Amino acid sequence: MTAMRELRIAAIKNGTVIDHIGNGLAIDVLRIINARGLDRDSTVSVGIHVRSGKLGWKDIVKVENMELSARKVNAIALIAPTATISIIRDFKVQEKRPVDLPDTIVGVVTCPNPSCISNQGEPIESEFRVTRRRPVVLTCVFCERTMDDFLAHLA
Amino acid sequence: MSLRGRDLISIRDLTKEEILALLASARKMIPYAEGKRVMHPLADRIVAMGFFEPSTRTRLSFEAAVHRLGGNCITIADAAASSMRKGESLSDTIRMLSSYADAIVLRHPNEGAAQLAARAADVPIVNAGDGAGQHPSQTLLDLATMQEAFGTLSGLKVVLLGDLRYGRTVHSLAYALALFGVEIVLSSPPELRLPQELRDELERTGAKMSLEPDMRKAVRDADVLYVTRIQKERFGDEGEYRKVAGSYRIDAHILADAKQRLVVMHPLPRAGEVAPEVDRTSHAAYFRQAFLGVPVRMALLDAILAGPKGKE
Repeated sequence: MTAMRELRIAAIKNGTVIDHIGNGLAIDVLRIINARGLDRDSTVSVGIHVRSGKLGWKDIVKVENMELSARKVNAIALIAPTATISIIRDFKVQEKRPVDLPDTIVGVVTCPNPSCISNQGEPIESEFRVTRRRPVVLTCVFCERTMDDFLAHLA
Repeated sequence: MSLRGRDLISIRDLTKEEILALLASARKMIPYAEGKRVMHPLADRIVAMGFFEPSTRTRLSFEAAVHRLGGNCITIADAAASSMRKGESLSDTIRMLSSYADAIVLRHPNEGAAQLAARAADVPIVNAGDGAGQHPSQTLLDLATMQEAFGTLSGLKVVLLGDLRYGRTVHSLAYALALFGVEIVLSSPPELRLPQELRDELERTGAKMSLEPDMRKAVRDADVLYVTRIQKERFGDEGEYRKVAGSYRIDAHILADAKQRLVVMHPLPRAGEVAPEVDRTSHAAYFRQAFLGVPVRMALLDAILAGPKGKE
């Protein structure tokens, strides 16, 4: 990324950069990180339709003073599998990694089967096995229903 | 094989060898199931029947199986009469039952209930039907009926007829038949075809499978005709339902072209799919099928509850 383009999306001192988000998916990423519920010191910068060497066009989200929980990373991995996550400390990239789906996804999406026991108010969390990775397909461990549309079912 | 202390949630939990061993054990249980001989391997054992959905055959045959094995039952036969009506979760109910009994047989209207119960319980769970999900002991008794009629499962040609889309018994059965190399003929109206996902899975296992929507042709050289109920609620329009249901009715006329040894099966209750006149023919196997539920469930409970209490 050139210095010129970097300036369009303000650099952050401390926080998280979610880069290489598929074009148009930044809004969904904002929903996952609960951008509206962040604390007062967290500025969120969003770039939509930014030129990218790898993807052609991409989205990018920078959040100040926040590091993502494993669950949020899993949710991002489901809807934006090409994303990378960088932890920034004092303007420097401390750690950069692609989002990676574990074999089991707990509490991130709800089962699309309305009759599944996991949707009946039982004291349990939704749970899925990753049964395919490209494209991602999840299978409910309770009712065995498969799903590949995650946006509509974010927990 | 040891099923001791194991849950049975889906027919997929069993290997082919385990299924064959259960069927062999069920055959030996027949005189005991008929009350001609007596055995008490489950003396002092308690099996909880958690039936949170109406059921006649399944609950009574599980209860009969426990009694014939000399064990005792405690039963929730009606969800409305249990604390679940007061808002108790299934997880809590199962935990409680798990502390009262040595195994739990569960029937529940929601898919995945048995899997949840297996996590909550310290004793084995036997799934006796979870919504549109699994019902493995039904599959075992279906296989037992075919094996009894023909002495073997391999080489049979089985027609699955009627509602192949929503019927839970037929999905588990199709999987098990594929496991045994049975030739499967699917005969259903287009809107009630076997789900593509399941057909793909069966094809991957190398199942011999074909479609024959014309019931008459399908029946002609079949060994087994497995009829399922076509449910009215699956159709938006009553007229459409009547048309489809009427075209999948088995009567003496249809069976006139069949092999002499053809066996007609039905998980029951039937709602007009098999005409009462078929009861009087040598083809009718559905009442025998319902009886075999007892020795099959005896074999299953005996295998799961043999030895010390607890879960494997």
